[in-house]
Amino acid sequence: MLYNEPSPLETRVLSRRFGMPNSASIETYLATDGYRAFLKASKMTPEQIIEEVKVSNLRGRGGAGFPTGMKWSFVPRTSLKPKYIVVNGDESEPGTCKDRVLIENDPHQLIEGVLIAGLAVDARAGYIYVRGEYRYLIEVIEKALAEAYAKGWLGKNIQGTGFDFDLYVHTGAGAYECGEESALLESLEGKRGVPRIRPPFPAVVGAFQCPTVLNNVETFCSVPPIIRDGGAAFAALGVPKAGGTKMTCLTGHVNKPGVYELKLGFPVKQMIEEVGGGIRNGKKLKAFIPGGSSCPVLTAAELEGATMDYDSMAARKTMLGSGGVIIMDEDTCMVKAALRIMRFYAHESCGWCIPCREGTTWLRKILTRFHAGQGTKTDINLIGDISKNMLGRTFCPLGDAAAMPTLSIVEKFRHEFEDHLNGKPCPYEKAGAGGRGSGVGELVGA
Amino acid sequence: MADLVKLTIDGREVQVPPQTLVIDAAKTAGIEIPAFCYYEGLSLAAACRMCLVEVEKMPKLMTACTLPVSEGMVVRTETPQVAQARKYTLEFLLTNHPLDCPVCDKGGECELQDMTFRYGAGESRFTEEKVHTPEKQFSPVVFFDAPRCILCFRCVRVCNEGMGVNALGVVNRGVVSEIAPNVGDHLECDECGACIDICPVGALTSGAYRYKTRPWEMTHVGTICTHCADGCKTTLGTRNDRIIRGNNRDRSGINGEFLCIKGRYAFDFYDHPDRLLTPLVRNGGKLEEVSWSKALEVVSQKFNQTLADEGRFGVIGSNHTTNEENFYLQKFAREVLHTNNIDHHRTGDVVTLLDALSGKAAKLGTVADLYQSKAVLVLGADLALEHPLLSWQVRANYRHHQAHVYAVTPGPVREDKYATAKVRGRDYESLRDKLKAERELVILFDDSYRGDDIRKLAEFGESLGIPVKFICLVDYANSRGAVDMGLTPELLPGYQPSGQPGMHAHEMIAADLSVLWVVGANPLKGAGQGPGVRRPGFLVVQDMFLTETAQQADVVLPAACAYEKNGTVTNTTGEVQRLTRAVNVMGAKPDLEIMGFVAREMGVAPVMGPWLPDKVFEEIRKSVRGYQVPAPVLATGGAAQTMPVNGRIPIENRHDLVQSDHNGLFSSGTLGRYSKVLHSVLESRLSR
Repeated sequence: MLYNEPSPLETRVLSRRFGMPNSASIETYLATDGYRAFLKASKMTPEQIIEEVKVSNLRGRGGAGFPTGMKWSFVPRTSLKPKYIVVNGDESEPGTCKDRVLIENDPHQLIEGVLIAGLAVDARAGYIYVRGEYRYLIEVIEKALAEAYAKGWLGKNIQGTGFDFDLYVHTGAGAYECGEESALLESLEGKRGVPRIRPPFPAVVGAFQCPTVLNNVETFCSVPPIIRDGGAAFAALGVPKAGGTKMTCLTGHVNKPGVYELKLGFPVKQMIEEVGGGIRNGKKLKAFIPGGSSCPVLTAAELEGATMDYDSMAARKTMLGSGGVIIMDEDTCMVKAALRIMRFYAHESCGWCIPCREGTTWLRKILTRFHAGQGTKTDINLIGDISKNMLGRTFCPLGDAAAMPTLSIVEKFRHEFEDHLNGKPCPYEKAGAGGRGSGVGELVGA
Repeated sequence: MADLVKLTIDGREVQVPPQTLVIDAAKTAGIEIPAFCYYEGLSLAAACRMCLVEVEKMPKLMTACTLPVSEGMVVRTETPQVAQARKYTLEFLLTNHPLDCPVCDKGGECELQDMTFRYGAGESRFTEEKVHTPEKQFSPVVFFDAPRCILCFRCVRVCNEGMGVNALGVVNRGVVSEIAPNVGDHLECDECGACIDICPVGALTSGAYRYKTRPWEMTHVGTICTHCADGCKTTLGTRNDRIIRGNNRDRSGINGEFLCIKGRYAFDFYDHPDRLLTPLVRNGGKLEEVSWSKALEVVSQKFNQTLADEGRFGVIGSNHTTNEENFYLQKFAREVLHTNNIDHHRTGDVVTLLDALSGKAAKLGTVADLYQSKAVLVLGADLALEHPLLSWQVRANYRHHQAHVYAVTPGPVREDKYATAKVRGRDYESLRDKLKAERELVILFDDSYRGDDIRKLAEFGESLGIPVKFICLVDYANSRGAVDMGLTPELLPGYQPSGQPGMHAHEMIAADLSVLWVVGANPLKGAGQGPGVRRPGFLVVQDMFLTETAQQADVVLPAACAYEKNGTVTNTTGEVQRLTRAVNVMGAKPDLEIMGFVAREMGVAPVMGPWLPDKVFEEIRKSVRGYQVPAPVLATGGAAQTMPVNGRIPIENRHDLVQSDHNGLFSSGTLGRYSKVLHSVLESRLSR
């Protein structure tokens, strides 16, 4: 199902079947060019497939934005070990809700993307790893897998191409950490979800110690259009260094929140005003998170001229991330926003390394106290300092994910912290604003 | 060497083999990079983030424990940025650490204390409430105090990788992550205590030691464990002549990291309430306490009288007493008592093995060989239970060198899990082709292989066409030494034929001897003697406890245990090591001293010579073949492999007398019966 009305400003490539009757069924899929890209790819050499993906300028949609074609080319195709394709469907980044829409509405597109990746690296098996909370999607995927097997799009000698491929679905148990690729692999193998030491990277030593292509759901979903219509056409949709469209999750204080497929390089202002229908209740924008709660926040002023792509965001010292846009209006208490974000990371820290394990909880405790009016002036510097001591020193990027937004909030909204020093409850909490308190607490955690 | 990698650490040029980790490379240059989770020999964790260093051309600080060296790399370990990172990592660590150092067992030898002292901040900015969970008991010997835990995961790794037991894991997430048993609320493991030794802080503490003393109040004595035949070094912490703790403090023994429950905790038999501390002499059918001079007078008079009457003597020695004591005892029997009626409980057929290997060089395996050999063949024994150190070595060899392990055993064994091939039964022949393809092999076998089995095995080894070494498994701390020292009727020390073999132990018990002298053994246990029925003849027993044999004695002389005396012992692989007295005991005396006093009382001291361990050992080195070991190695606490006879042993070998006790992890012959710790572990298993 769809959770929002589509916007006319969207460029519907991945979401082109959304809203069609029975969009998740193989009949609809086959009737709308489904699996054509696979058949085309089956006649290409692996090098040609990878080259096409490179030409498309597709970059990983999970958050890191690593060029997909290059990632695939790292797999030692001549290795005697089996190779695996693993789909990261552990969509847990607060503010992000695109993968579930992609899976729910068009699971065969994902399957086809996986098959093409299988052709590209000579893999014969794959796993779709879905976060524990998305249990209901397992039914959708299993139905799609059954259809694909029944119609010969999975299994032995797929459509007479001589290519065998088996695809399985696996569920997480509710850990954010398992969205990190190596922790996901540990979890997939039935172990505790903690990250692995890298290098070696999954491309060389991944699932079950074998070479593995591990990409986000949206990344795989981008592959069939690339092969079908050509990498150049996909690249042309985006900006020079990043091709295609991005499933953008517009959340927070906008009138029309939802998942929209926008070309990379889409102007942020237009996105908020026209796609999202503007800030709710005619309020002003206070803060903007471009790609899930782990990205540093931007102020309204910093959004001047910004576009939704990797470089524009990097120039503003933040990230496009997973495309989970969080919009906060002027009634938002930024201390509470920082607290809500930190509550999430303290709860989700896997506990493997010291700075993340201890730092997130320490920050949560300080921010809780601070927001309740029990903060001191030295706490403000301390919050920044703890964040800095976590940055770049943790085992996996999730320590950075917790530190970056906090550091940006305390640097950019220091005055709001100072306003909390009067010993009274939060001065920004205005009853009834937006009808749901200051809102963001519910928005980013849900 | 051309294939070394050159790099610079703190301005010093260092050359190390490729793939060396920066943390180890630094060590070679004498530069310490602090770390909690990094532990040589275990898998990498990179969890503690203490070893962060600056590396040129790297955008951020790198963990030295996971970074392999590369040519031209420039590493800096003492920059302001690194110092800042260490200081604040420690600050993080201390946020939830209880800082109960004044009452913590680990205080004084705690790595967190040391690191905080060296690299940390004296003050904390943490003013929030700490996470606290109550202390838990995982087993009779393992306690866990979660708040102290810094989650370095060393315990989990040593249990899983080192011991192959996998009893410890992690539960929960984030700051409330906790080390926990993998099965319910208790450990199902070997109770080896490796997790306690390896814990850098006081999170895992020992049930036998906790809250007993501060580490700096103890004197630490490295000596050899007196239980099984593997010969592990154990460090006894003593205070006021009491043993407070056993652990593996300096890791300098042949056992390296390893100690099992016996080496770590089962020293406690030494102060069991039943310990004999006064000589006993039978008077009117009852054993009565007497003075040492009285008891020695009774014994020496009886011995002299029997000699004068040309009565028959029998002597039974021990698997636990030192080489010096065994040598002295057989000398006493042969030169003073003029008898070859001398024996001990034989637990492995060493004699046939040495005979079968005669004329061949480098055929005897060592404990170190088990870690280095490309392949190991285990015959019969359940190593993990009966020879835990050897099992550890084989596991480590597999983990570190991917050694091929073959298990030919009657039942399932721990080695199965990683064995290249396992065979149930005795058909090692079926492995011939596989073994032929190996580059070298160490074969271990237990008492189920004796006599012709061993000759066949030696031929089998020879026929493989690869270098093969053998290890004959025996039971106790000095079982091997007892054979080497000639505690058999057929053989003199150094496997020289005695000429006229005397009676063996079973015969001595059944025979009508004038005097039976039992030193540190319990041959009447299970010998079919009902209670109250005494064997004929005069029975002298030297022991720590009133054993079944001692109960029937005419004179009982209280003996010191291995931790109360000096001397040497020889382990199952023939490596001789030195015992160092840890505590003095009032009342009991070392067996050597007792024998010396008897000799003096009898007036034969000039024949017997001095009864100081070092002097006797000098005599052994001079006169016993195979014991010409370098004295400095022993004196400095090392192990030296003895090179016994290299020629035929022309005797009729009584391999039918070989019978192992097959002690498991929680039993140890007579000593095990008096260890509270071993009992508590057994009881905890029964009550589950």
